[in-house]
Amino acid sequence: MTKPVLVFGYGNESRGDDALGVLILNYIETHFLLERIDLLTDFQLQIEHALDLEKRELVLFVDASVKSEIIFEFTQLKPLRDNSFTTHAISPASVLDVYQTMKKTEPPPCFLLAIGAESFELGEGLSDNARRNFAHATKFIDDLLNNLTIDYWQMQCR
Amino acid sequence: MYEHLETAKNKDNLKRVVIDPVSRVEGHGKVTLLLDENNKVQQARLHIVEFRGFEKFIQGRPYWELPVLVQRLCGICPVSHHLAAAKAIDQLVGVDPENLPTSATKLRKLLHFGQVLQSHALHFFHLSSPDLLFGFESEIQKRSIVAVLNDFPDIGLQGVKLRKYGQEVIRMVSGKRIHGTGAIAGGMNKALSKEERDYLLTDIDQIIAWAVASVQLVKKVHRSNLPYYDHFGTIRSNYLGMVQPDGALELYHGGLRVKDAQGETLFDHIDYCQYSDYIHEEVRSWSYMKFPYLTSLGKEDGWYRVGPLARVNNCDYINTPIAERERVEFKAHSGEAMVHSTLAFHWARLIELLHCAESIKTLLNDADVLRHDEPVKGERRFEGIGVIEATRGTLFHHYQVDENDIVTKANLIVSTTSNNMGMNESVRQVAAEYLSGQELTEPLLNNLEVAIRAYDPCLSCATHAVGKMPLQLELVNSKGDIIDKLVKHDTGHIERIQ
Repeated sequence: MTKPVLVFGYGNESRGDDALGVLILNYIETHFLLERIDLLTDFQLQIEHALDLEKRELVLFVDASVKSEIIFEFTQLKPLRDNSFTTHAISPASVLDVYQTMKKTEPPPCFLLAIGAESFELGEGLSDNARRNFAHATKFIDDLLNNLTIDYWQMQCR
Repeated sequence: MYEHLETAKNKDNLKRVVIDPVSRVEGHGKVTLLLDENNKVQQARLHIVEFRGFEKFIQGRPYWELPVLVQRLCGICPVSHHLAAAKAIDQLVGVDPENLPTSATKLRKLLHFGQVLQSHALHFFHLSSPDLLFGFESEIQKRSIVAVLNDFPDIGLQGVKLRKYGQEVIRMVSGKRIHGTGAIAGGMNKALSKEERDYLLTDIDQIIAWAVASVQLVKKVHRSNLPYYDHFGTIRSNYLGMVQPDGALELYHGGLRVKDAQGETLFDHIDYCQYSDYIHEEVRSWSYMKFPYLTSLGKEDGWYRVGPLARVNNCDYINTPIAERERVEFKAHSGEAMVHSTLAFHWARLIELLHCAESIKTLLNDADVLRHDEPVKGERRFEGIGVIEATRGTLFHHYQVDENDIVTKANLIVSTTSNNMGMNESVRQVAAEYLSGQELTEPLLNNLEVAIRAYDPCLSCATHAVGKMPLQLELVNSKGDIIDKLVKHDTGHIERIQ
């Protein structure tokens, strides 16, 4: 049974700050009742993930961002045909574009929480900055998941 | 061959062109060309610019962590690493493949077929079909799965759904789509439930039908310009792959077979635990990726190719009926004992995809996949080797552990490493025959990427993070000054920077 809200945290737990998306999922799993929320993880985004957006009311992508200077950014996504189609891993906006092209309809409201990260080496743990950013991001997640409406999420975009 | 283009005789006054990174391959690859004043190619190399450090990542960990740990080496083929490691740690607990419970062997094969099916679908439909359907020098906006979905909606949708189905097989067998703990030392963590089996059976006939259609599509494309497709990036090489005892195509467990360019069998049914007697790896100063070769033939002649082209070339037959019919047609088309066309990797890849779909159906109808047998154990060992035919070719995992179960030594030969020389040779062939003497343009340079992409290389691992992977082309004169630079941004916009 598909739940109305999807949180999709992606990244590689063994590559330093790339673990941030997955760690947020672990946090949600232990801090929230998941009656209305599905959690999904993968190493990276791919075309078939467009099918995971079906029948959703709200979707949150969570990822590490290479913008190391930010704590986190929260934005609403629009379908975008960007250059990421040329790689094995596509961007969240591209997933929306695949959805729109495939289904001939607009995707559900999708947002991206991008958490500042700086180190992605195999076998490393979180950097100090990522650890700090993660703590800020979890507080933001608390607020977000206690207010599961598109209006509220749009007001939080920064 | 084109080895003479590996290193230019005199690099003075040569222009340097860099494609960095190569797109639509996994990871960080870079192509450099050195051109003379007439734009004639004097040197061409595919460099791997990321150092992986796999072994260091693995050493010092307890062996039972390996099947889960190694999945994180690669975001594209986590299941392949998972299964190779599982086979290796079976040996550490004293279990050889023939002693693994039948149900576990069949569940692992099912998992592996799911992985190969989804990965082959991704490569063909997402990464390569834009080149094949729109042309190698098509406008850049056309080179994506979304353009395929727009112009060929049925084909695009089939690609997405084939990929999704393979992921669902993985999810059902391992418990999760990734990070699953399906295989453990001496067995499997769980069996399929009847509900899971029935769920997967619901769509399997449609999946087989789409797989058949995809083979017809690639055949049609290949035959639409047979001389070109049979020549582009084509090199004559040795081929290495796994076969069953009777010579059938095998992806999970078998002996190693090597055939030469004429189709003569050089080695057959080699126990992969003896791989180090047959294969050595050479280091070259200009690339982090090693160059493996067959020891008995030496560095010059002993390089080989692996992956779908090698496997379909090497096997005597395929044990699923529709894929076997396609294999026979594939082998016959070139008029030679071996098919050497680099672009035929695509054709062979889809024959394997079809074989996987047929094999999944067979296994889903086998009651053994519903049975859970407890993991078995034998006499403890301190060395384990696991080899499988991963999506991109033969994958070797070799571990040594101490009396405290800690990994003290790890050696991995990943499939793309085995294809290192082949990819370089194909790059040189394309550079020499299609680019040399011409004014370089981005569509022309895409030809080089098309040759590399045919191998479906996995050059790096699963780091992605928002905002990566721009494409840059630089033209540098003999003094090292950049005289022209193209940057392709995340949006797809191309900017010329003077």
